[in-house]
Amino acid sequence: MGAHSEKVPVPEEVPVPAHGSHKPAIEIVESLDVDEAVAEAAAPERDIDVAVGDDLVEVKNLTIKFGGLVALDNVSFTIRRGEILGLIGPNGAGKTTCFNAMTGVYKPTSGQVLLEGRQLNGMKQHKITRAGLARTFQNIRLFGEMTALENVVVGLDARHKTSVVGALLRLPRHQREEKSSIERGMALLEFVGIAEHAGALARNLSYGSQRRLEIARALATDPKLLCLDEPAAGFNPAEKEDLMALIRTIRDDGYTVLLIEHDMKLVMGVTDRIVVLEFGKKIADDVPHVIREDPKVVSAYLGEPEDDFA
Amino acid sequence: MLSTVLTAVPADSDWINFDVAALAQNFWSATFDGLTFGAIYALVALGYTLVYGVLNLINFAHSEVFIMGCYAVFFTLSFLGFGPSAPNLSFGAILINIILALIAAIVASAVTAFLVERLAYRPLRKRNAPRLVYLITAIGASFVIQYLIFLWRGPLPEPALTMFIPTPIFEVFGTIIDSQQIVIVVAAVIMMVLVDQFIRRSRTGRGIRAVAQDPDTATLMGVNKEKIIVTTFIIGGILAGAAALFYVMKIPSGVQYNGGFILGIKAFAAAVLGGIGNVRGALLGGLLLGLIGNYGQILLGSSQWTDVVAFVVLVLVLLIRPQGILGTSLGRSKA
Amino acid sequence: MSTTDGPTPLPGAKASQAAADRQSKKGGAGTSADATHKKGLFGAWSEKWQAMPRQKQWLYLIVVVLIAYALPVINPPILSTEPGNDFPLALFSMAVYALVAVGLNIVIGYAGLLDLGYIAFFAVGSYTAAMLTSPDSPFVKIPYLWTIPLAIVVAMCVGVILGIPTLRLRGDYLAIVTLGFGEIIRILATLIPAMKGQVGFQNVGRPPGEGADGIPIFANSNGTPWYWLTLTILIIVLFLAGNLERSRVGRSWIAIREDEDAAETMGVPTFKYKVWAFALGAGVGGMSGALFAGQVGFVNNQKFDIVTSILFVAAVVLGGVGNKVGAVFGGALVAYIPLRFTAIAEYKYLIFGIALMLIMIYRPKGLIPARQRLLAYGQQAYQRVRETSAKKSAVVTEKEV
Ligand SMILES: Nc1ncnc2c1ncn2[C@@H]1O[C@H](COP(=O)(O)OP(=O)(O)OP(=O)(O)O)[C@@H](O)[C@H]1O
Ligand SMILES: [Mg+2]
Repeated sequence: MGAHSEKVPVPEEVPVPAHGSHKPAIEIVESLDVDEAVAEAAAPERDIDVAVGDDLVEVKNLTIKFGGLVALDNVSFTIRRGEILGLIGPNGAGKTTCFNAMTGVYKPTSGQVLLEGRQLNGMKQHKITRAGLARTFQNIRLFGEMTALENVVVGLDARHKTSVVGALLRLPRHQREEKSSIERGMALLEFVGIAEHAGALARNLSYGSQRRLEIARALATDPKLLCLDEPAAGFNPAEKEDLMALIRTIRDDGYTVLLIEHDMKLVMGVTDRIVVLEFGKKIADDVPHVIREDPKVVSAYLGEPEDDFA
Repeated sequence: MLSTVLTAVPADSDWINFDVAALAQNFWSATFDGLTFGAIYALVALGYTLVYGVLNLINFAHSEVFIMGCYAVFFTLSFLGFGPSAPNLSFGAILINIILALIAAIVASAVTAFLVERLAYRPLRKRNAPRLVYLITAIGASFVIQYLIFLWRGPLPEPALTMFIPTPIFEVFGTIIDSQQIVIVVAAVIMMVLVDQFIRRSRTGRGIRAVAQDPDTATLMGVNKEKIIVTTFIIGGILAGAAALFYVMKIPSGVQYNGGFILGIKAFAAAVLGGIGNVRGALLGGLLLGLIGNYGQILLGSSQWTDVVAFVVLVLVLLIRPQGILGTSLGRSKA
Repeated sequence: MSTTDGPTPLPGAKASQAAADRQSKKGGAGTSADATHKKGLFGAWSEKWQAMPRQKQWLYLIVVVLIAYALPVINPPILSTEPGNDFPLALFSMAVYALVAVGLNIVIGYAGLLDLGYIAFFAVGSYTAAMLTSPDSPFVKIPYLWTIPLAIVVAMCVGVILGIPTLRLRGDYLAIVTLGFGEIIRILATLIPAMKGQVGFQNVGRPPGEGADGIPIFANSNGTPWYWLTLTILIIVLFLAGNLERSRVGRSWIAIREDEDAAETMGVPTFKYKVWAFALGAGVGGMSGALFAGQVGFVNNQKFDIVTSILFVAAVVLGGVGNKVGAVFGGALVAYIPLRFTAIAEYKYLIFGIALMLIMIYRPKGLIPARQRLLAYGQQAYQRVRETSAKKSAVVTEKEV
């Protein structure tokens, strides 16, 4: 109701005995070479051979206030190219708010977000997306009445250039873009493992498939930085493990990933570096094994003794 | 092409002429009359604002809630022997009759508001329907009520009905203020203050504010959201009923099947002007719109211009300050 | 690195895949998932239609179009609105309503913007045609057929002017502003002397051409040529609307309708596309108005009341929000019912008002709950998905047995 938009209803899972082999995806796009990296097919023009390790995104003194509540308090961190940066913190720490500020949903009270040195604040949300920042949502927000493939193609459209007149008259560029977007869309769906549901409406997908579709849709915008807001929320441990493998694959394909995740153990396993927020303040920023030992983090995040990390 | 058309407009069609002299001459009477209309707009605007507060939706059927009140006033007073010419009754008798009409109007409007909520909104809430569906259903409900009245009463306005002859009370700036203006403005302001206090102080009022701020949390905190919503519709209905009485008092021959429509849009414009969702904003917006409309009418020379002026005000407010004068920022998106 | 050995399907995903597979045995994986939801008579039809090969679809379409063109000549006894109303004129009226509904469907159905004052654009188109062709008007005169594109342009401009302040805001504001505008346009027609209020404009122009007897082909009383003209335009508009639907434009609209914030986050310039939807809708409305003005031959301020605007909304909702074929059907129906069943014509507003409420509450997808296709070459892609799924499920069943 109101400002809260509707959520895509999660259909009930149909319990069915496990079956079949472990073969992940079936060949659907004929033109796709099996040995070719799927993400490369999805974004063929992408330049992957950039220097890994230099600063990609810089968050500088970001402060966000909602009335009296300071949701983010002077937070600064950098995201380096090619890494998976974890953003963790207890509930209400301001992680999602940080995403919202980076992607232009909220205007920061003060501070800056720079992508490759280019200031993002003040830009329209869709321009930020085109500049190279894509995200998923904590509470799934797919286009429920569109099929999975169409959802992904909306993401691909961010890179398309057809005008309204071009679409009206089906000019050659439109046709080219449409053809390639189906191919790339299917490749992306295959990449996240839901290609055979390409024709199903997003709202009819299972919960896990919806989460994966959100990732595919975000990848479709060909981002420089992919922001994932608790992509494994509501998953069981095995599913989470699978998803983390997927995220690692995404990184290995040349994307930079910012990952919000509550499960400490999981975050430790997958990230290269971790930023910890508490009550809107950054309390730590380091590699996982240092974070693990940090007493501030331990008390803030768990309020419990250290042996939980074992 | 367009420019040729525009330049081809014949010179003698200067259809807008600003009659500043007329406005200067009638400034104070226009002001007092405008405030009277403004008070009526404000009462109706409050209904929009309250429902918008709790449901985050424009209740398109609110204009019909209002017009039902007008019909109740008309029927009650006709039944009591009122007609086009002023009744030959004592002050006390007139007062009692008017109060009876007020009660009838309030009941009629409140019942209509309740039914609209029950039949048009609640089924959708149960299904968690998208916004568009609410808007369409509400406009459908409004349409149905309008045409039920049409089929019953026909297209023409009801015969005029005079409650009392306004008597001059005192003079300000050389302009006479009459009893009717005083009754309407004073009664409307008192009602609005009461509503404002009710929402600020009473338990139900707190519930309304809680639901307006965050329906989910309010529900978790033990507020009965459904009850609050119904109460809000009924309060809106009561105010619309009161507005109906004053409206008929002011415009004796204004009772017509589609009479609520334009007034509804003006009242909504008033609510937006003041800041939708804000109770005091509705009063402020109503009074301002009443004034602007009246000045515009005298300046431009036809009473129909008030409608155009109200509409232009609405669009300008949306363009310049969509949250209204007293409102807080709207259109905040959430992720 | 190779990603083909990347993620393995999750247990949950497997379960749902199997569910989808089981469905696909009953024909078509994805599409059947939503079709099995709620079908009804038309739903079943539209599913059959989707399954047909392209050539067969074209064949059927051509037959339907030919029948549509032949209708005023055949004048089929049961369908006919005579003797109460002239059938060709009724057909023209239906075609205009259908055209209006297709245009309004772009605004309401695709982009999810509730435009309650669509009649205003219709009026703008009518006045454009009337004021540039009628001898009563002091303006320059141009041939009638030129006023049709001009009406589109003028209506689109008005749409943009109205849309820019309101489309930045929440949808409800648009609804009430358009509602107000629909009423204001009539008042303006009264107040502005150049628009001649109730006196109006007589002898609005018509397309050229005379019959052997010297009577113009497009005489006001002769519905058939007007119907054919409108039907032709309707078919072109449907074709173009289909092109938009299966493009990034249509996808952006539907995405905006489904979740505007998410659409913006996915790189859709939502404001721009909302203005486009509003303007294109307005353009079609203006064009319908020009056609209407031409056929009736007389335009004054009494012809454009806001209730007609609500009837337009009812037409879109009746046919199925977002479905252009449904819009044609809904528009034609809204025009047809009062003309055919003259006994209930008086109650038409009540009937369609109630229909509006009931449909929204009990059947929000309208009478033809079809889903719009949003990919230009989607059919081939989905066909392949379906085939592979079917193949896979066949393998699975073998294993299970
Ligand atoms: N639009 C808003 N208006 C007011 N307060 C807000 C808004 N969005 C977030 N907040 C507040 O800001 C704080 C940080 O919220 P945020 O959603 O960023 O937390 P989070 O770290 O993502 O938590 P979680 O793990 O539960 O997702 C919370 O106290 C929340 O209530
Ligand atoms: Mg969060």
